[in-house]
Amino acid sequence: MHTSSRLDAAFTALADPTRRAILARLAKGEATVMELAQPFKMTQPAISRHLKVLEDAGLVLQRVDGTTRPRRLAKDGVEAMDEWLAILRKALEKNYDRLDALLADSGSHKKGEKR
Amino acid sequence: MRRLTLKTEGDTHIIVTRNFAAPPEAVYLAHTDPALIQKWLLGPEGWTMPVCQVDARAGGKFRYEWTNGKGAGFHITGEYVELKPHTRIVHVERMFLPDPTPDNHVETQFATNGSGTLMTIRMTLPDEKTRAMMLASGMEGGMEASYVRLEGLIPLRAAV
Repeated sequence: MHTSSRLDAAFTALADPTRRAILARLAKGEATVMELAQPFKMTQPAISRHLKVLEDAGLVLQRVDGTTRPRRLAKDGVEAMDEWLAILRKALEKNYDRLDALLADSGSHKKGEKR
Repeated sequence: MRRLTLKTEGDTHIIVTRNFAAPPEAVYLAHTDPALIQKWLLGPEGWTMPVCQVDARAGGKFRYEWTNGKGAGFHITGEYVELKPHTRIVHVERMFLPDPTPDNHVETQFATNGSGTLMTIRMTLPDEKTRAMMLASGMEGGMEASYVRLEGLIPLRAAV
């Protein structure tokens, strides 16, 4: 998947309280669908649908263990989102670095730059 | 401590804070004077803002147009809801990419912090999904360059 569309999918996947709660639970360690469904008043199929969204977004992985498929956090996907937020901060910071320079400049000259 | 912070709050807010080594009067002016705005609100390297129209009063409109000089560009329009000189700006804005994004309600506060200013921007999006899409699509616009960098970054990491 194209990186930006994967990020779109990741942030969209996060735009749901149940899916965030599932990620928060998985952050503590691997869990089965049954374990994940427990704290929610939801059926396992409903939880599975949420898991599918998280898996498609690259945020959750599964493995086969006998008859169960425990889910875990996909470190790469979560890191990619972290990095994206860091880059967003950096781009914003670039604006404000320029503003710093501008403020330092107008402060030393004591003159406005009115149009 | 000038470091920028960016975090989400509740379901629909994005909070950005930043310190400046200048008094609130100067930082406020840099946010409301078009000639000043054009000098810093540019996003990634290589982008400029050829059009900057600002009617900085309650009910007044503003329009920012950016270009990268290579055919890519986009613009933001907005309306001011409230301006309290040197302290607070409340406005509503949307980005045209080229379709308009849902309205972003933005409150910007400038507070004296020692000899400088603590700026706090509180954005409110209509719903969680819009906020998610906004974070994903590049909040302050002009993020194409960031995507390019990001794309360069991820395969590199995956290869490690």
